[in-house]
Amino acid sequence: MSGHRREGLLLAIAVGVVGVTFGVLADAAGLSLPRVIVMSALVFTGASQFAAVSVVDAGGSGPAAVGSAMLLAARNALYGPVVARLLPRRRAFRALGAHLVIDETTAMASVQADDDAAADAFWWTGVWLWTLWNLGSIGGARLGAAIGDARTWGLDAAFPAAFVALLAPHVRTAPGRVAAILGAGLAMATVPLAPAGVPLLVAALAVGPAAWWHVRSAATP
Amino acid sequence: MTWWAIGALVVGAYGCTLLGVFVLARLDARAEAATTGWVRRLPLIATLIPAALFAALIAVQTFDVDGSLRLDARAAGLAVSAVAVWRRAPFAVVVIGAMSVTAVIRWQTSG
Repeated sequence: MSGHRREGLLLAIAVGVVGVTFGVLADAAGLSLPRVIVMSALVFTGASQFAAVSVVDAGGSGPAAVGSAMLLAARNALYGPVVARLLPRRRAFRALGAHLVIDETTAMASVQADDDAAADAFWWTGVWLWTLWNLGSIGGARLGAAIGDARTWGLDAAFPAAFVALLAPHVRTAPGRVAAILGAGLAMATVPLAPAGVPLLVAALAVGPAAWWHVRSAATP
Repeated sequence: MTWWAIGALVVGAYGCTLLGVFVLARLDARAEAATTGWVRRLPLIATLIPAALFAALIAVQTFDVDGSLRLDARAAGLAVSAVAVWRRAPFAVVVIGAMSVTAVIRWQTSG
């Protein structure tokens, strides 16, 4: 198995275990197994699924759950321009690929050396993730609370760590570093002020100053 | 959650990725032909989005606890992963190293 496929599988295993946690939480929030299955298969955006189920678990309404979940799903639109050229031209396959556009697949694709490897990494990571996320959430919903808290195993630390590795190639240029530092700063400043999901959308504003930096340094050699 | 709420979430979430892949990406491609204005900068902006969003994800996943910033065992995991990436360790070492350190610190500090 080539390097990026193996890395995609490793990431997917971690996501699968988080899927178990999601299943447990969804079960505790009163979602039936068919609903958990449909949600994981068709929404397929871990963070927004967690948000929706947490709101319901805390006694929130359906629209409130959907609203907070949508704030977290909105950033996937921003990944479109990053991965679009890797997707097949045929509309149906392109639409199928769009379903797999999430943080992890975009990240795995964006660190590859060329477009062929990037497309391969996108699809393999996407299929691994989709499969294990669904198996995990079904398992979690069936087993319920018997599994315990995934945080005991440090699983919540797996994602930031994976993203540190996936961020590294993007901060080799000065504008990339500006975008990363400003993005992290804006997100942290927004955390206490806004509901979950909003900090990541605010962080996207960091690309403005970073692009300006790029243009300015290109103009004055 | 009702089936209606789940249906709305499916349509909304998929709508976001479709919007990105079919609409935003087309704007991006058209921008390469443009010569003036901010539209010309769209491809550059697209290449900078991962840097901004991944860094923000790392920060939020490490320091956010239900809407407030907190320093806990995850920060040690983050430090380990940063050193591992800097030393060019393999991906598995980066991820499993951060998990182990976080788990051990939690285990040591609980109870």
